[in-house]
Amino acid sequence: MAASRPRVKVPKSAAKGEVFQIKTLVTHKMETGLRKDKDGQPIPRDIVNTFTCDFNGKTVFTMKLEPAVSANPYIAFFQRATESGEYTFTWTDDTGESVSETKSIQVG
Amino acid sequence: MTQQRSTSLTLNRRGLLGALGGGALVAAGAGMTARNADAAPEDAAKWASELTGGRNPVDDPRVAIDLPPIAENGNTVPVTVTVDSPMTDADHVTKIHVVAEGNPNPGLCTFELTPACGKAEASTRIRMARTQNVVAIAELSDGSVISGKKEVKVTVGGCGG
Repeated sequence: MAASRPRVKVPKSAAKGEVFQIKTLVTHKMETGLRKDKDGQPIPRDIVNTFTCDFNGKTVFTMKLEPAVSANPYIAFFQRATESGEYTFTWTDDTGESVSETKSIQVG
Repeated sequence: MTQQRSTSLTLNRRGLLGALGGGALVAAGAGMTARNADAAPEDAAKWASELTGGRNPVDDPRVAIDLPPIAENGNTVPVTVTVDSPMTDADHVTKIHVVAEGNPNPGLCTFELTPACGKAEASTRIRMARTQNVVAIAELSDGSVISGKKEVKVTVGGCGG
């Protein structure tokens, strides 16, 4: 199952040098690989294993996820405002599928 | 008279507290033995040393873990790790590893930070199988490795199984 419905909160504008929080949420079941189905067969692992945040083409934050991260992973982190530009958020799961979202910010 | 009475009260309370403290120590000791039999803290330490390339983390108050003291639902436990760092090009946190001592797999997640973050803090939600310690290990740009630890009590575990 691919990750879907990315939701990202980035302020529309910020003062130069301001430190602000970015909150992200994506829909994904995050199957751990430890559970068994009703026939006793293990359900294969399927998780979002990597999350990256790029700003104007440069990676500024990465997260490696393990099966212990809850379903529909919520990730929040901070950024310092330096210039106006665009944030690109990418979630990649075990099947190799990825989903992206972009948000722009005005700095000044 | 009043003076005397208050002194004897204090003494009594002190004696009582001492007895309670002793009992708590014994209980904590029993808990430790049970946990060690599981060998999970060792697994967590091994996992952590693989992640950091064999560098031993040093306990440091700069690493703070924000977790609820009691998690009623182990399926989604909010966790925030903060490292006190100026986050400049010269002095910043490069990675924060979050490790559980009592889960089927010790790894929880790794945050990779850059000076653009401005603040070494990241949050997510994790699954906890049972009451255990969560350890955060921060790698700094100068090559040092520091860590912090926090216990979370879990009412209903959330790892399936």
